[in-house]
Amino acid sequence: MSRDLDIRSGVYHDSVTLMQVSRTVGDEPGVSAALVAMATQLNVDLVVGMGFEPPADAGPNDLLIALEASDDDALARARAAADAALAASRTAPPSDFGSEPRPRTVGAAIARSDATIAFVSTPGAHAFGDAMDALTKGVPVIVFSDNVPLTQEVRLKEEASRRGLLVMGPDCGTAVIGGVGFGFANVVRPGPVGVVAASGTGAQHLMSLLDASDVGISHCLGVGGRDMSDEVGAVSTLAAMDALASDPATEVIVVVGKPPGPRAAERVRSHAAAQSTPVVFALLGEGEPDLTETARSVVDAAGATWSEPRSWPASTAPEPLLEGPAPHAPTAERPEDPASRSRGFVRGLFSGGTLCDEAMAIVSGELGEVRSNIPLRPEWALDADHDVGGHVMIDFGDDALTLGRPHPMIDGSLRAERILAEAGDPTCSVLLLDVVLGHGAHPDPAAELGPVIGEAQLTAARDGRELPVVVSLVGTAGDPQDLDRQAKTLNDAGAAVYVSNAAAAREAVRRVADRPAGQGPPDSVTDVLDTDDDLPGGEE
Amino acid sequence: MNALDSLLTSEPRVVAAGADLLSEALAGQAVPVERVEWQPPMPGTETSLYAVMADPRRVDANREALDRMLASTAELVDVRPAQDVLGLRPGEFLHAGPPLTWERASGPMRGALIGAMIFEGLASTPEQAEAALDAGEGISLTPCHDRGAVGPMAGVVSPSMWMFELRDEANDGTAWCSLNEGLGKVLRYGAYSSDVIDRLRWMSDVLGPLLQAAVRRRGRIDIKSIVAQMVQMGDEGHNRNRAGTLMLLRELLPDLIDSGAPSSQIAEAVRFVSGNDHFFLNLVMPAGKLQTSAGAGIDGATVVTTMARNGTDFGIQVSGTGSRWFTAPADTPHGLFLGSFGPDDANPDIGDSTICETMGIGGFAMASAPAIVRFVGGSVPEALRTSQLMYEITLAENPAYAFPILEFRGAPTGIDVTLVARTGILPQINTGMAGKVAGTGQVGAGLVKPPAECFTAALDALAGLSRSAL
Repeated sequence: MSRDLDIRSGVYHDSVTLMQVSRTVGDEPGVSAALVAMATQLNVDLVVGMGFEPPADAGPNDLLIALEASDDDALARARAAADAALAASRTAPPSDFGSEPRPRTVGAAIARSDATIAFVSTPGAHAFGDAMDALTKGVPVIVFSDNVPLTQEVRLKEEASRRGLLVMGPDCGTAVIGGVGFGFANVVRPGPVGVVAASGTGAQHLMSLLDASDVGISHCLGVGGRDMSDEVGAVSTLAAMDALASDPATEVIVVVGKPPGPRAAERVRSHAAAQSTPVVFALLGEGEPDLTETARSVVDAAGATWSEPRSWPASTAPEPLLEGPAPHAPTAERPEDPASRSRGFVRGLFSGGTLCDEAMAIVSGELGEVRSNIPLRPEWALDADHDVGGHVMIDFGDDALTLGRPHPMIDGSLRAERILAEAGDPTCSVLLLDVVLGHGAHPDPAAELGPVIGEAQLTAARDGRELPVVVSLVGTAGDPQDLDRQAKTLNDAGAAVYVSNAAAAREAVRRVADRPAGQGPPDSVTDVLDTDDDLPGGEE
Repeated sequence: MNALDSLLTSEPRVVAAGADLLSEALAGQAVPVERVEWQPPMPGTETSLYAVMADPRRVDANREALDRMLASTAELVDVRPAQDVLGLRPGEFLHAGPPLTWERASGPMRGALIGAMIFEGLASTPEQAEAALDAGEGISLTPCHDRGAVGPMAGVVSPSMWMFELRDEANDGTAWCSLNEGLGKVLRYGAYSSDVIDRLRWMSDVLGPLLQAAVRRRGRIDIKSIVAQMVQMGDEGHNRNRAGTLMLLRELLPDLIDSGAPSSQIAEAVRFVSGNDHFFLNLVMPAGKLQTSAGAGIDGATVVTTMARNGTDFGIQVSGTGSRWFTAPADTPHGLFLGSFGPDDANPDIGDSTICETMGIGGFAMASAPAIVRFVGGSVPEALRTSQLMYEITLAENPAYAFPILEFRGAPTGIDVTLVARTGILPQINTGMAGKVAGTGQVGAGLVKPPAECFTAALDALAGLSRSAL
């Protein structure tokens, strides 16, 4: 075994790029481990976990290249691969004699261009400086970054409001402005609906459902998940409503988000009442209509015809499964696990927080307590290692899980690990997953997730269990990933696929509720098709 | 139309900082995207940096500071002895850079002080001078900057030395600088041999009074306008002052000749000035002092008003923290050496001449002075890159000092402490190098940067004064 730890100073790359480089290097033959990352505390811990001495004097501005390979030749190849991948990721420096170096700050970039908007996705600890820079240069800003301290958010919004500008975010995952998608955004047709989004995936889901009913979007202005809290006071929500109200293309405004704090709610409602443009609220939570229902009412308000959201029910097991033991044929000799005699539990693994919220509201309404890292009730909180029985839903896009790593919509590896872990847990009786398409997201998520679903079902089958997988697929026909192809790949891999997240959650409930105590007979294709017609759901 | 209306009604044009994947997603939608080459700020600065950036006074305070700096004028109004203009008394010396004690003084600083003691008649031998300075009785050392003056290299000013006196009428400011002695073995590089002292005496006895007579006859000379012309003639104003020196001489010659002084003295003075390409440096520097001090003392402003070195420490002053110095050990320049001197002979960075970079020329104007880049060990592409990089850490462009090679872009002016911390880019300085042994003189010229700690310390102090809740 050959190992090498190289530290390079003064070379910065963003974490998404480095994650891709690490993966490229790790894929080299003979390479057993590769970590190419900035020397943040988190990454230094990872390097130590790989068995290296903690590097002295390495800081967040230094690049770590930790490699482990079968022999020196493989190590040399890994080094070369790392260098090549790093070089490829760098936009070529201007080599022309006398050409201007690239701007180093948002302010410098604004001074060079006549920008109408700044888009900041720098690490959360630093995004404040970049966003403040944009505002003081008179430019509205989208802050995609999460993990921005609350006091900094408040200060940014105070500055924006003083200057008649708008701060979209922090943690604004989605915005659509003049047909251009920022961050994670689906390709939606232009139209009369203006969206104010305190929830990125909520807005993506709503817009995708509207798009499927031929209702288009004028703009979607994200405001960040905390905007409608009393601490922030809905500053950006009000500014975004005003901007949309004076926008000639917008005929109806939809405000999407979790229920606001009481004081913020009062401000938002009275502000909405004073607008000449009608305002529809899509506030998610227990007792509120789900996004699919809201989408339907917006379609009605826009005078269009609602199309039922599509679905692709699970078919028979795909070919690769046949390589292992027959998935639906538990070995009779095997002593029965007591847990498998119960009905088992839903395990929801999400990349979109709002999709997770909505699924939790539906599942807990039917099945009771759902544990989560973003719990509906404080007493349902998961502990730090997320290891607990019962119905569990995890939002992998939550700040705590994206610290120092790319968002799960870009890199699904953390969730993939968890899927495989759940597959080995006899109490897990249905996996509920989301897949979000659009700009910014993984270029082919089904290709990444499909094999994981297959492997999970195979693992469960080896243990004599059936593991239904239900996928909520958020996307539009115009998305670069191709909605139909994604649905088909996931479906072929063994998953039931729904473009309505609420419908997916209800399907997960049904799979648990219908599951007979003890190991029941496998579902046949007909079973699934039959029951699909009377899916419970809000779209009757 | 306000920024939000135009945001929603025009095609988006984006500035993007952060994950490349996300800016590529925008570029993929055929949106114009100006990408920031982002990197984290200097390690350990984030708490102070964002507290300072959150200060609601910052933007307006910096604008005010820059408005004053750009409006600053610089006219040579008189030439007078330091004892008259600054009230210096025997034993009182000014020196370059932040405050310094004799104990901590480097070789060239000690050499210059020894020479000044001898020049003032306070000692007759170097040994005597050193003993007196060691004892400290009746001796006071004060930074030039604290008295509105600037001095190149050791920057030592004693009561009998003659000073250029410059006025900024726009901001009602006055600044002073000694007369330049020439190159080689000179007091400001720490040399104190008898020829050095003799030259200083001639400067006080002949050159000073002649210049005074000429300036008084001629009337005010617009130094700012000469600086503006020199940066278009291949001078960067710090290590190359050839065009500036000739233009000054052109202004002075008729009145020198008409002054009634003996023609031999006039010829000697003109020969001296013409033979010293750095003569005009001592006029650029007070023009810089006028400009930068015009922006000083504005609460909340984060713009650097002074960068100066005393041969031991590098010090900066920042508008929002007034006259407080932020110091750290000075680095040693890298560059080319005269004769048989080498890197081991060089003293750490020294002199107030970094006022040139503080005002936006010198190392910041390298692009405009291609003829000098080899002298400081650089190359022309590097010079073009360096000047353009300095715009990343400055708040304004000075239209008065325009660089033809950069399409007449104005000099990068007003170094912002927050931009230095955010980009990790340190100001580029062109400088002469003094020998580290007292009495050696100049050993070379090169490039150097201030220590980052000066800027992080200033940032911490500004954070302590910030009016924000962060």
